[in-house]
Amino acid sequence: MSDASLNALAAQLAAKQVSSRELAQQYLDRITALNPSLNAFITVDADKTLAEAATADARIAAGRAGPLTGVPIAHKDIFCTDGWLTTCGSKMLHNFVAPYDAHVIQRFKAAGMPSLGKTNMDEFAMGSSNETSYFGAVKNPWNTAYVPGGSSGGAAACVAARLAPAATGTDTGGSIRQPAALCGITGLKPTYGLVSRFGMIAFASSLDQAGPMAPSAEDCALLLNVMTGFDPNDSTSLERDKEDYTRDLEQPLTGLRIGLPREFFAEGLNNEVAASVEAAVTELKKLGATTIEISLANSQLAIPVYYVLAPAEASSNLSRFDGVRYGYRAPEYTNLDDMYCKTRAQGFGAEVKRRILIGAYVLSHGYYDAYYLQAQKIRRLIANDFTEAFKSCDVILGPTAPGTAFKLGEKSDNPVEMYLNDLYTIPANLAGLPGMSLPCGFDSQGLPIGLQLVGNYFSEAKMLNVAHQYQRATDWHARVPEGLK
Amino acid sequence: MKWETVIGLEVHTQLATQSKIFSGSSTAFGASPNTQASAVDIALPGVLPVLNKGAVECAIKFALAIGATLNRINVFDRKNYFYPDLPKGYQISQLAKPIVEGGVLTFLVGDTERTVNLTRAHLEEDAGKSLHEDFHGMTGIDLNRAGTPLLEIVSEPEIRSSAEAVAYARALHTLVTWIGICDGNMQEGSFRVDANVSVRPVGQAEFGTRREIKNLNSFKFLQQAIDYEVRWQIETLEDGGRIEQATVLFDPDTGETRMMRSKEDAHDYRYFPDPDLLPVKLDEDWIESVRNALPELPAAMQLRFQSEYSVSAYDAGLLTGSRALAEYFEAAACACGQGKLVANWVMGELSATLNKAELDITQSPVSARQLGALVARIQDGTLSGKLAKLVFEGLWEGAGEVDAIIEARGLKQMSDSGELEKIIDDVLASNQKSVEEFHSGKEKAFNALIGQVMKASKGKANPAQVNDLLKAKLQ
Repeated sequence: MSDASLNALAAQLAAKQVSSRELAQQYLDRITALNPSLNAFITVDADKTLAEAATADARIAAGRAGPLTGVPIAHKDIFCTDGWLTTCGSKMLHNFVAPYDAHVIQRFKAAGMPSLGKTNMDEFAMGSSNETSYFGAVKNPWNTAYVPGGSSGGAAACVAARLAPAATGTDTGGSIRQPAALCGITGLKPTYGLVSRFGMIAFASSLDQAGPMAPSAEDCALLLNVMTGFDPNDSTSLERDKEDYTRDLEQPLTGLRIGLPREFFAEGLNNEVAASVEAAVTELKKLGATTIEISLANSQLAIPVYYVLAPAEASSNLSRFDGVRYGYRAPEYTNLDDMYCKTRAQGFGAEVKRRILIGAYVLSHGYYDAYYLQAQKIRRLIANDFTEAFKSCDVILGPTAPGTAFKLGEKSDNPVEMYLNDLYTIPANLAGLPGMSLPCGFDSQGLPIGLQLVGNYFSEAKMLNVAHQYQRATDWHARVPEGLK
Repeated sequence: MKWETVIGLEVHTQLATQSKIFSGSSTAFGASPNTQASAVDIALPGVLPVLNKGAVECAIKFALAIGATLNRINVFDRKNYFYPDLPKGYQISQLAKPIVEGGVLTFLVGDTERTVNLTRAHLEEDAGKSLHEDFHGMTGIDLNRAGTPLLEIVSEPEIRSSAEAVAYARALHTLVTWIGICDGNMQEGSFRVDANVSVRPVGQAEFGTRREIKNLNSFKFLQQAIDYEVRWQIETLEDGGRIEQATVLFDPDTGETRMMRSKEDAHDYRYFPDPDLLPVKLDEDWIESVRNALPELPAAMQLRFQSEYSVSAYDAGLLTGSRALAEYFEAAACACGQGKLVANWVMGELSATLNKAELDITQSPVSARQLGALVARIQDGTLSGKLAKLVFEGLWEGAGEVDAIIEARGLKQMSDSGELEKIIDDVLASNQKSVEEFHSGKEKAFNALIGQVMKASKGKANPAQVNDLLKAKLQ
C-alpha cells in the first residue's frame, strides 16, 4: 500500500478491495508510528479523518464517487480548514481554529478526499529548511539529521515517507519545488492565478501559489485537476476553461525542445546535482527531445528582487496578526501599543520578524522608489527573459536547488546562504510561470536530487507530460527511504 | 496685519451600496455590533477582497457630475497602520492612481457664485468603530462599518472662509445625494468633513502651515471649527508663535479644536499597490451607460428653472437644494403653470410648515399636485392669499382636495359685487366716525374701513375689489 499511486488507490477503492476508512486508518497508523521521528504533521485528528473517510465510503457506495473519492491527502497548515487548528507554523496562530475552508480545501472535500491532517511548515511559509516552524523542525525521511527543505517541508517529508499518498503545498519562492527536490518527490507550482488563494494564509500575495506534491507527475496531474479553477472570491483567480491535466501524459516527447539556461548551470551549483541533471537531459534526449542553450540573464537578480518584494507584501499581509481578534496575545501589557509590540515580539519567530522589518523598510517613505519600485521593474525584466526564451523552446530545464539537503542547523545562522537555496526556483514565481520539481537521482550520501522544469503560462499539461515520460523511463520517483518501506 | 484664510476640504462620503466595498456584508446602519462583519471584514487569515462594482459605479457617476477625468485604469493601494478598528492593519485606498481626478463644483455663497476645483476623489474602505464609553477600562470594537465604501473627495485649497467652506460642503452634499451615491445622513456619519486650514498675510503667495480638523459631521460644526481654528492661528501668529503642522479634533462642547497628533507622530503609511486586487479598468460602454442614467444635475436645473419658470437665480438655488425639493417644485409648477407663485409657496408656507413639523419634503402631507391646484385657485381669483392659507391648512390636515375644502369650508372669495356693495354700505353706515376722519384727510381711516369690510365678509371679499368699491363710494 505504501507506494501505491493515486490511480491505483482509486482503483482499489472502486473495486471495493479497500474502504476509504481502512485506507485512512492505514495511513493514520503509519503517521502514529513514523511522525514522531519526522515531525511532518502539526495536527492529526483521527476522528475527523475517519469521519470524512466514512462520508467518502458512502459516496462510493451510492455510486457518486469522483476519480479520487476516498483517497486521503495531507494539507499544509497554511490552508484554513473549518474546525481544524490552522497555525501556519507560528506561535501567533498556535490556538487558531479556522471557522471556514480555504478554496483548495473545499475542492478536495468536494472531490471526496479525506484529510489526514495538517502538515508542518516554515513559519508563515518563510524558510527553505522547515526550521523556522514554531512546532519544531521537520526531518528529512532520507536522513533525519538533514532538513527536508521548506517551506512545504512537512508536506514533502510526509509524502516521501509515504505517511500520505499526496499532499498540498504552497510555493512563493520555491516552497513546493525545493522541498520536493530535497525529499525526492514530485511537486508542481501552477501558473499564478490557476489555483485560488482564498483561505490560504498569505505570505506574498503576488507570488503565492498552491500546488500538488506527490510521488509522481501522474499523481500531480490528478491533483491539479481537483485544485484548479476559477474562484470569484480571489480577484487574481483566472477565469478559464477547465483543463484535464492528464490528457497529454502519454504523448511521446519527439520533437520536444528543452531550453537549458546557462545561468542555471553556472557557479554555485553542486557537482553531483549538475551531473544528475545532465544525466536526466541525456535520458530525455533518448526519448526524442532536443536541447537548446538559452539565457535568463536577469534571473541572477531574482534573489535580491524577491527579498524586496516578498517581504514588502509580507510586512503588510502579516499586520492583521495584532492580538486583537484571534490568535496569540501577550499575557501582560500596559496599553495598546505595548500590547501590539509584545504580542508581535512574542508571537513571531526571528525569520518572520526579519522579513517584516525588511518589508517595512523597503516600503517606507524615501526608500520605496529605490527598492520596491526598482524591484518591480526588474521583476518585469525577468519575466521578459522567459517570454523571449519560450520563443525557442517548449520547456526550460535545470536543477531545482543548487545542492541536496543540508544538515539541520547548518544554515540557520546565515540567512543569506539559506536564501541562495531558492536561486533557481524564485524566477518562476516572479514571472508567474508554472514550475515543477521531479526526482532525478541521489548524491553520494544517498540524498535525493531534483530537477526543475519551468513551462510557459498554462503549459502545466506539457510539463506533466515531460515529467511523466521521464518517470516512465526512470524509477527515482518510486524510491522510498530504507526502513520506511 | 490683515490675514487671508486658506481652506481645502476632504469629504468622506459613504456610498449608498447594499454591500461593502470588498465583501458581501450589508452596509445598513445601526445593527448590533459585529453582526454585519464577515470573515473578510474581520480580516481572518487567508481571506481576500473582491471589489464591489456598485462602488465603482458611484465614483463614475460623481466624476460625470462634476466634469472630472475618470482614470480608465485606476489602482487600489494599501495604507498601512495599526489600529484596533482597522482589522487588516491596512486600509485599502487609492493613492497614486485614483479613479477621479479634477472636476469643479459651482455654488452660491449668499448671492455670489463661486467655483472650486477638485483635486481628486478616490475609493476606499471605512474602518470599524472603537467604543470607548461602553466598557469599563476596555475598548470595544464594532466592525459593522469596516469595509463600507467611501468616496473621499478632495478639494483644492481654494476656499477662503468658513462661509465658503459650508457653502461648498452643502453643495457637495446636495450633489452626492442628488445623484444617489450617498444617503447624506450626517448624524450616521455618511458625510464627514475634514478641513485643512491655514492662514497667511494678505498678498503672500505661499501657503501658511496647515492644521487638519478631522471628522466634522455637521455644517454647524464645520463653520464653528474653522472659525475657532482661524482665530487661534491668527492669534498664535500675532503673538509671535508658530503653527506646527498637526491633526486636530473639534470639541463641540467647548467650541475649540485640540491637538490629536503632531507632524512628528505622523504615520509612514508605506503605501503600495494591493497585490490582492487587479487594477480597475473602466470601459467606455460602462461609462456611457452610467452617463445616460444620470438625472438632470442641480446646476442645469437651476438655469432651466430661471428660464422656464422665471424664478431668480437665488430662488432657483434654493429650489434645487435637494432633488426631492426640485422635483416637488417642478411637479407643482407644471400642475398650474404658475412657477413664480409656486416657488413662493414652496419656499414660504410649505417650507415653514415642514420645518415646524420637522418633516422633509418627501414627507409632506400636501402633495405637489395639491399645491399646484391651490395655486391655480389663487390665480383664477377663487382664493385670496389669506383664504389660500386656510385651504393649505385643510390640505395639511388631510381634509381632502382643494376644491372640496373651499366648498366645505365656504372659503370662496366673494365675487358678486351686489353682495359686497351691501356689506360696504352696512360698514359705512355703522362707522360714521371713520368716514368723517377719511374725509378730513386721515388715510389710516380708509384702511380701517377695509379691515371692517373684510371682517364682515369673513375674509371672503376680494381685497382689490373692496378697495375699488370703497374708494368709489367715499368720493
